[in-house]
Amino acid sequence: MTELSKTGAAVGEPTSGRQAPEAFLEVRDLKVHFPTDDGVVKSVDGVSFSLEKGQTLAIVGESGSGKSVTSLAIMGLHRLGTRGKNVRMSGEIWLDGKELVNAAPDEVRKLRGREMAMIFQDPLSAMHPYYKIGDQIVEAYRVHHDVSKKVARKRAIEMLDRVGIPEPAKRVDGYPHEFSGGMRQRAMIAMALVNNPELLIADEPTTALDVTVQAQILDLIRDLQKEFGSAVIMITHDLGVVAEIADDVLVMYGGRCVERGPAGEVFEQPQHPYTWGLLGSMPRIDRETSERLIPVKGSPPSLINVPSGCAFNPRCPYADIPKGNVTRTVRPELEQVSTGHWSACHLSAEDRQRIWTEEIAPKL
Amino acid sequence: MSETKKTDEAVIPQQASAAEGSADREVLLKVEGLTKHFPIKKGILQRQVGAVKAVDGIDFEVRKGETLGVVGESGCGKSTMGRVITRLQDPTGGQITFEGRDITRLSTGQMRPLRRDIQMIFQDPYGSLNPRHTIGSIVSAPFRLQGVEPEGGVKKEVQRLLELVGLSPEHYNRYPHEFSGGQRQRIGIARALALKPKLVVADEPVSALDVSIQAQVVNLMDDLQQELGLTYVIIAHDLSVVRHVSDRIAVMYLGKIVELADRTSLYERPMHPYTKALMSAVPVPDPKRRGAKSERILLRGDVPSPIAPPSGCRFHTRCWKATEICKTTEPQLVELTPGQRVACHHPENFADQAPQDTVLLSAAKKASELVPDAVAGGGPVEKEPAATDKAAASEEAAASEEAAASEEAAASGKAEASAAGGAASAEKTGPGAKVSTEKAAPAAEDAAEAPAAGTGAGADAPSGEPEAAAEETGRQAEAGDQESAEAESGESAEAESQESTDK
Ligand SMILES: Nc1ncnc2c1ncn2[C@@H]1O[C@H](COP(=O)(O)OP(=O)(O)OP(=O)(O)O)[C@@H](O)[C@H]1O
Ligand SMILES: Nc1ncnc2c1ncn2[C@@H]1O[C@H](COP(=O)(O)OP(=O)(O)O)[C@@H](O)[C@H]1O
Ligand code: SF4
Ligand code: SF4
Ligand SMILES: [Mg+2]
Ligand SMILES: [Mg+2]
Repeated sequence: MTELSKTGAAVGEPTSGRQAPEAFLEVRDLKVHFPTDDGVVKSVDGVSFSLEKGQTLAIVGESGSGKSVTSLAIMGLHRLGTRGKNVRMSGEIWLDGKELVNAAPDEVRKLRGREMAMIFQDPLSAMHPYYKIGDQIVEAYRVHHDVSKKVARKRAIEMLDRVGIPEPAKRVDGYPHEFSGGMRQRAMIAMALVNNPELLIADEPTTALDVTVQAQILDLIRDLQKEFGSAVIMITHDLGVVAEIADDVLVMYGGRCVERGPAGEVFEQPQHPYTWGLLGSMPRIDRETSERLIPVKGSPPSLINVPSGCAFNPRCPYADIPKGNVTRTVRPELEQVSTGHWSACHLSAEDRQRIWTEEIAPKL
Repeated sequence: MSETKKTDEAVIPQQASAAEGSADREVLLKVEGLTKHFPIKKGILQRQVGAVKAVDGIDFEVRKGETLGVVGESGCGKSTMGRVITRLQDPTGGQITFEGRDITRLSTGQMRPLRRDIQMIFQDPYGSLNPRHTIGSIVSAPFRLQGVEPEGGVKKEVQRLLELVGLSPEHYNRYPHEFSGGQRQRIGIARALALKPKLVVADEPVSALDVSIQAQVVNLMDDLQQELGLTYVIIAHDLSVVRHVSDRIAVMYLGKIVELADRTSLYERPMHPYTKALMSAVPVPDPKRRGAKSERILLRGDVPSPIAPPSGCRFHTRCWKATEICKTTEPQLVELTPGQRVACHHPENFADQAPQDTVLLSAAKKASELVPDAVAGGGPVEKEPAATDKAAASEEAAASEEAAASEEAAASGKAEASAAGGAASAEKTGPGAKVSTEKAAPAAEDAAEAPAAGTGAGADAPSGEPEAAAEETGRQAEAGDQESAEAESGESAEAESQESTDK
């Protein structure tokens, strides 16, 4: 596994044009729309980012902001079955030099499970309840490896051991319901990793778990990444998890990326009012309790009738600061605020700096 | 914006002292020796073959105007405790005293007038509102049920309540599906407050909400407490939220309270090893602290089954300080420092309560690999071999592990695998945590750098077995309970039947 540059992996301006990029994973202007009776749901509406091997990108945002749809798009899962008929996808997804949005479904299927794998929030949704855990891992392995069942079983046991399932040789014949929540999650990770994927997408892998189990799982993902050098996309709404595991952060709002950059910067010098809102909403175990939380008022936007201009404007306390009603009429594009750090907001750099240092930072 | 109508100064600096001061406040609710066991029945005769000991002997009191937070891992009995103290479920044993009156055995009819004073807010803002009723009819249900005619009429009062929780009075004729999760949770709160209750028990009031919306509801509950002098019991698994809202906090483990203390003491000087582990597992949203994660205590495995909890101290199967006495003698919840009650033989941050007992259990030796030296000190913890020896030692450890673990499992008592409905044939192992050498010995990170395959111990905590099956019945049971609970608490279901019988 080659060690690529460790610098600002997820950021940098995505180069346009249908050319294979340098980055291991590059997503360019991805759009995923679902036509429905009520109108077109613009779940993802122009998202771009890139990611190198060995790096972790966290995608954060409230529920319905398009996090899961983005990751399912990378995995090519929107095009399957009945779902496939009802989706409009555009943009480009380059994985290791191959473009996936326009590739034949067969091509993508070959990559799925081998080059890229996914861990879901609910392990039961990814595992068949009536098949033994081991058989499901064996199956996942044999799809991509021409080996005997016996060899594959050995591999399955090895993987269960790897993720810390005790007595794997025995548990390999267990059924999902016989595992506790944390063990199931580990078994699913074993299944996702059985083919040593180079890209691992984890969609809220710990949201349903207790903090104690969460700590075990994050530890595990971190160790495995270190060992195999995989690229990881971690979807979560827990900024604590982000701080712990991410090299880069992408903040989504209303189907778009509103801010992205190196984790340290996004936490220290967040640029977008929605990111401020996220940080202010969150009670923190490491800070004084004396401060009142600063909630984001209102509720998440409709993805059918996305507010015009900046999608955040109905909830943004600063929407009136940029002159000429621009926040309500012109959609802000991502602009680079410092190396590798991008934000989509009409506020001037001075206003942002002032609001952050005077109003927001002192309260966090 | 209604949620920020309070200025910051108005609320805060007093809070810490309020916590301290709450000691002399009047006791509103007192709970003694409370238990709630759910029988497990089997066969056509429905013979009882065991019991899920969801709440197994807890004592605490709630004082007027304070917020008591309740935390603990999933399945430890928090919600059951909440439903029992509000008498939505009958306790198996113990006593509940509300305003000096024993309410443990009151019948539904006798409880009815008390429903005004004790209200519950449920976790799921989507499931707990009847979709076919307007907001007005949902929030006014308590008035109809209790036959109360507020001054100025029901409609006016409901509109006042809607405003109080930051909704618009025009929402009166709208339906729940037109509202966001945070707004629905507000509707639930408005309904709970309709009759000016004295005690509000909130079970995970914000966990189903996005962080940005969570803050709205947390602030709202805070404001209402200031304005109306409410008393809260807030159940939550998010320790950051609990810390933010509570004056005092009870930490539960497997049906018991293991530590009960004011917020500051609990978060700054946790004494129970479980509290300490729980606190250390909370991810801190500060990337700079990433290097400091060595302070983290990783617990192996999951909470053992409440059907056959471990003997002695229930935490002894996962505790890094466990000695023989922990296995044989249950530690009592005693006040070690003013305002801090702890059930542990070898507490952290305090003098050892059983200093004669120094030999660690084998499970504790394994568990202590997961505890950084910095936090492990103080107790009777034998230091593990230095990190460089780790690799060599691990093989040996692995060999002895199995024996130790199965011995433990036997000791902790095997629950009948088929007890809970005979679904799963469970095995004798508990789940384990994989641990890197690096984590185990943070001090010697470099030496242990090579994360050799299969590093650390794939050891398992001997936790109780028929977890899966028990969990499943638990779930179903809970779903059922929730419905009946809601019906009783004067929610739409009862409102409906009540209305029809009234006619
Ligand atoms: N097949 C589909 N048809 C129509 N709308 C869809 C479909 N899949 C997703 N959506 C919509 O797309 C939006 C984004 O969904 P997504 O699952 O990505 O949200 P998310 O950010 O992951 O939220 P959560 O945190 O709740 O999982 C939502 O409004 C969702 O309802
Ligand atoms: N009606 C019931 N019948 C059987 N078991 C139950 C019932 N209600 C709860 N339990 C079990 O009691 C334990 C505690 O449950 P609960 O109080 O809901 O936990 P939590 O702390 O997650 O809220 C769990 O093991 C649960 O499965
Ligand atoms: S563009 Fe305007 S509305 Fe959007 S975040 Fe910036 S200030 Fe707020
Ligand atoms: S030291 Fe003993 S009594 Fe204290 S928590 Fe650990 S096992 Fe329980
Ligand atoms: Mg999702
Ligand atoms: Mg619960």
